[in-house]
Amino acid sequence: MNNQKVPLIHLTKRKALPWYAAFGIRAAAIVLALIVCALVTTLLTGENPLQIYATMFAGAFGTPRKLWILGQQIAILLCIALALTPAFKMKYWNLGGEGQVLIGGLAAAACMILLGKTLPNILLIPIMLAASVLAGAVWAVIPALFKAKWNTNETLFTLMMNYVATQLVAFFIIVWESPKGSGKIGIINQATEAGWLPIIGGQKYLLNILIVAVITALMYVYLKYTKHGYEISVVGESERTARYVGIKVEKVIVRTLILSGAICGAAGLMLVGGTDHTITTTIAGGRGFTAVMVAWLGKFNPLVMVLTSFLLVFLSRGASEISTKFGLNQSFGDILTGIILFFIIGSEFFITYKINFRKSAKKEAE
Amino acid sequence: MEEKIAAVQMRDITKSFGKVVANDKVWLDIYRGEILALLGENGSGKTTLMNMLSGIYYPDEGQIFVDGKEVVIRSPKDAFSLGIGMIHQHFKLVDVLTAAENIVLGLKEPGKLDLAAASRRIRAICDAYGFEVDPDQKIYDMSVSQKQTVEIVKVLYRGADILILDEPTAVLTPQETDKLFAVLRNMRNDGKAIVIITHKMHEVEDLSDRVAVLRHGHFVGDMLTASTNAQEMTNMMVGHPVVLNIDRPEPVNSKPRLEVKNLTVRSIDGVLKLDDVSFVANSGEILGIAGISGCGQKELLEAIAGLQVVESGSITYLGDNGETEELIGKDPLQIADLGVSLSFVPEDRLGMGLVGSMDLADNMMLRSFRRSRSIFTDRKSPRTLAEQVVSDLEVSTPGISTPVRRLSGGNVQKVLVGREIASAPTVLLTAYAVRGLDINSSYTIYDLINQQKARGVAVVYVGEDLDVLLELCDKILVLCGGKVSGIIDGRGATKRKVGMMMTKLGGDSADE
Repeated sequence: MNNQKVPLIHLTKRKALPWYAAFGIRAAAIVLALIVCALVTTLLTGENPLQIYATMFAGAFGTPRKLWILGQQIAILLCIALALTPAFKMKYWNLGGEGQVLIGGLAAAACMILLGKTLPNILLIPIMLAASVLAGAVWAVIPALFKAKWNTNETLFTLMMNYVATQLVAFFIIVWESPKGSGKIGIINQATEAGWLPIIGGQKYLLNILIVAVITALMYVYLKYTKHGYEISVVGESERTARYVGIKVEKVIVRTLILSGAICGAAGLMLVGGTDHTITTTIAGGRGFTAVMVAWLGKFNPLVMVLTSFLLVFLSRGASEISTKFGLNQSFGDILTGIILFFIIGSEFFITYKINFRKSAKKEAE
Repeated sequence: MEEKIAAVQMRDITKSFGKVVANDKVWLDIYRGEILALLGENGSGKTTLMNMLSGIYYPDEGQIFVDGKEVVIRSPKDAFSLGIGMIHQHFKLVDVLTAAENIVLGLKEPGKLDLAAASRRIRAICDAYGFEVDPDQKIYDMSVSQKQTVEIVKVLYRGADILILDEPTAVLTPQETDKLFAVLRNMRNDGKAIVIITHKMHEVEDLSDRVAVLRHGHFVGDMLTASTNAQEMTNMMVGHPVVLNIDRPEPVNSKPRLEVKNLTVRSIDGVLKLDDVSFVANSGEILGIAGISGCGQKELLEAIAGLQVVESGSITYLGDNGETEELIGKDPLQIADLGVSLSFVPEDRLGMGLVGSMDLADNMMLRSFRRSRSIFTDRKSPRTLAEQVVSDLEVSTPGISTPVRRLSGGNVQKVLVGREIASAPTVLLTAYAVRGLDINSSYTIYDLINQQKARGVAVVYVGEDLDVLLELCDKILVLCGGKVSGIIDGRGATKRKVGMMMTKLGGDSADE
């Protein structure tokens, strides 16, 4: 009959896919991504793609030190992503992670500088914790209050708060600069190590990694099993339904953003008190935004987000290793990262939709 | 019948969504000069079948012939070029444009857009079939029935001679329905093929020439309307005999439960939505609320449930032992705790009351999750409740872990109504509880409401189908433009009387 008029393919939405099939599609996407990356590499640089991959792995896992750095970076990125997750689940687009981390770090640094000489660590560290958590929470709750009261656009508001936070940090760097005239704050309390988070197990980064592991588990339970978590999902899915069953939407927004900001503030503390022992305007390093991607790719599931943050950190560590080792531009690493993310995000399409090819023989219907 | 060639022949049409087979090898013939009523329960695949004809879905298998020639319908555009047009339940009109602008929207006619010429053609179509449309009127100024008329004219303007109407009377008053039917008959006599999807038996008997019945995605059979009756059609639809009348037991031991006095409500834009409304809802009685859609029903229920800001008046809850509680000023949670339960089925069904992406169990939890003191949610009792609702109300679902969004409309409603009833309310407010439900499910819901009445619950039932209101309710309050047009006894009230009261305050007294 007139088969030539029949569409060759048409898309249908899938019902739920078994987990192994979804996993298979994602794995296939990564394999494809690596093949395309290999082609691009050979075409553009003439290097052997296998060598480039080997270098990426070496860059991420090559030495114990590199492994620890990988762990630390995953921890901080994951921590910020975890902070954003409850807000995102509520469809509140908190793009202010960057600023909330900075302001939390600034609060920690202030405590170290102002109280470091007078208080012992056993008092100082809890005060730092309280200060940075509070600072992060305040930074997040300001846009949340406006959203709850006057339904302002939180995306713009949280984004703007990032710039305010950056400028505040810049201002205080000048106030506290040391040595004078250097335009930066050097290592704070280098001699006394006042306000430095304790090193456990002889590993500088272990404490941060453990803290984030605990936050991950708690966040998973909070979102999945508590009443608060349930309210967050209801508000996110349908505000009208939430009001109808008597959930106070404004209260949930404010409460959730306090939590979100508080965890960001804690991330700031871990950076300033735990690893860097100083503060700069770039201490968050764009992770407030990368964390958005971590949370989305992980579908707001804290356990899956461990994998997605690993993936992103691995890619960026590997990419920078390639650029140093092969003398390639840093952008080349970014190109590879971009290709891989394209495939991973694209694979979600094939998980949601099924492509039906028209059967050439229509006879079977008869 | 077979000697004339069918305008549309659908053969072995199969369509599945994931594991669910919506249509399984369906055969259907549509003839010109005939009104075909397509009958079936919710989820029996009527709308899916028609969507394939109008190019919204593409069949997995099977063939479609138009005028004896096999065709491929990939998009609504393909359907239009074959003269097939569908009028959906939800209108797709641009509010700020006029009728004429909406009608020509998206048409690619050569040359300059000539609205005046378009208006003339629209008037010609209207005159031919008896439509009343002003081409220059803006959509936002129109009533629901006028909007529907615009949708129909839009399809005719594009040259459709095979028209499909998906539950066209769901939003119309009896008088408007009569007008629509007159127009449809004119079109039939003009040789157009008309398919109407409906649940209302008396409409099928009134209007159609032939009936085709679908059940669970299968084609059960078709016959001439004249040679069948409501009982036989219902039995075919459901697959087993059903009793077709609604019980109305006498109220027992009824006393005032909810007293509304001089209630006045304005919308956010300051439009008067309820004007000095007063009534009493008694326990053990069903108070029906009739009115053209959008004349204050929603605001009234929302005001009682604490979801609507009230300008003036009072709403008093009268407890069993004489205590009274003023509901205005309380939040929805406090009102729900008093036992006032609102089960409102909005037009989009999921917009309020349920969370589409959550599964049945999690939706059950919406009402009860705050009960316990623990910070954790209790997952077990909602699951039990969900299982109970599924088995009591015969909800067809793959399981209680299915997101409610995936259920068909009727099943979504059963979940909502089931949950509200499970909270053992003393006042049950329900709006459009059977909207879009098939016969079997509707009767399940009527039974449930009657059970609540027998339990001594004060039921407030906002309904669309006057026949049902007249059969089910003890009293009927008729709203007209936000005012109480009258409160009449359900027994002995006539459809005509209520219809008049809906359009004119107090009804036309000279009429009876």
